Amino acid sequence: MKKLLNTLFVTMPDTYLSLDGENIVVKQEESILARYPLHNLEAVCTFGYSGVSPGLMGACATRNIDLTFMTRSGRFLARVTGESRGNVVLRKEQYRISDDDRRSARVARNMIIGKIYNHKWILERATRDHQLRIDMDRMKKVSASLTEIMKQVREVEELDILRGLEGTAAVQYNSVFDELILQQKDDFYFHGRHKRPPLDNVNALLSFAYTLLSNDMKSALEAVGLDAYVGFLHRDRPGRESLALDVMEELRGVYADRFVLSLINKKLIHGTGFYRKENGSVMMDDDTRKIVLKAWQERKQDKIIHPYLNEKMSWGLVPYSQALLLARHIRGDLDEYPPFLWK
Amino acid sequence: MLILITYDVSTVDREGRKRLAKVAKKCVDHGQRVQNSVFECILDSTQFRRLKYELEELIDKKEDSLRFYNLGDNYKKKVEHIGVKEAYDMESPLIL
Repeated sequence: MKKLLNTLFVTMPDTYLSLDGENIVVKQEESILARYPLHNLEAVCTFGYSGVSPGLMGACATRNIDLTFMTRSGRFLARVTGESRGNVVLRKEQYRISDDDRRSARVARNMIIGKIYNHKWILERATRDHQLRIDMDRMKKVSASLTEIMKQVREVEELDILRGLEGTAAVQYNSVFDELILQQKDDFYFHGRHKRPPLDNVNALLSFAYTLLSNDMKSALEAVGLDAYVGFLHRDRPGRESLALDVMEELRGVYADRFVLSLINKKLIHGTGFYRKENGSVMMDDDTRKIVLKAWQERKQDKIIHPYLNEKMSWGLVPYSQALLLARHIRGDLDEYPPFLWK
Repeated sequence: MLILITYDVSTVDREGRKRLAKVAKKCVDHGQRVQNSVFECILDSTQFRRLKYELEELIDKKEDSLRFYNLGDNYKKKVEHIGVKEAYDMESPLIL
């Protein structure tokens, strides 16, 4: 299994990144803030309007270092990609599956099963760990209905039905998500998911975590030679990384939601770190964003045993291992795509 | 793993000063300069062998010397720093 390398986050807007030999150099008004060897990095992610030299862009592209630009609020702006990797045979097979609704549904349903299964276990764990603080009856009811939906998903061969079931499961899960927030309930509550723009602290955090995860997912797919823009469940739309969104479904709960919950429940972040803009959208301030990024990087270093591969790896490599398994399925080496089933 | 590289390059003549600059540049490319001729590099074994070979090619073995200390993967307990110019940790979150 490949080694998880570090990610450099640049959150200061007035910096300039350039290349010196084999180093990335971060400058602020001619003074050098930092210098890191490129071979220790697998991604560079900038927030705000940091400039990057063409030389560094090229170096990142050839070394397969993912270079992305985001706005200060964490909305995706651009990414630097070099020549496409992997082989055409694999990608063409991916396109063939994507064009065939039935075949797409067979892959997508496994991803959705992964998603619902993981959501169910998040709820089950919460009822086990916090019996006295959680509405047990409601949790058990939701958990049972998720099991029911999973059974139906197993048989689905049409994408529309699959989307319907996925939606139902999401409504069920979201209805009890607020129960999982155990601390700081005045500042952090969940009354439904809204994005573009997020209207409360929890949604702002969720959106940010999903952006980070989709970035990791997308570069993982590209690293194994798949086309992140051609999906099975999510349809093609210019500029949308449909396949990354597909594979992300099963990881949203275990990776991003749990991450956000632990930030709140461990009181690593506070309600004072957020502010509301005129249009009602909620943003986090610079310090909070740094705390979130640091915690995200540390989470990526945590070790788990991959339930399907039965191999010890860091959380940060889970997107990569799923991309690898998906490529194997598309290539025909695996009969079905094995989703990530968290235990 | 963490590799500590130190070198001594003779600078009595112009050739020596040229070699010194080349050796220093090569080390800067691969790690961080923790003291004037001391570098810490996080490398895998392939990268380490290649770097060692490249540095060996640069020096003049009759005049200069190179030393490599392999501190392994669990190097954090083995390094202590006192004084100015605190080094960064390449494997912890890098956020600027």
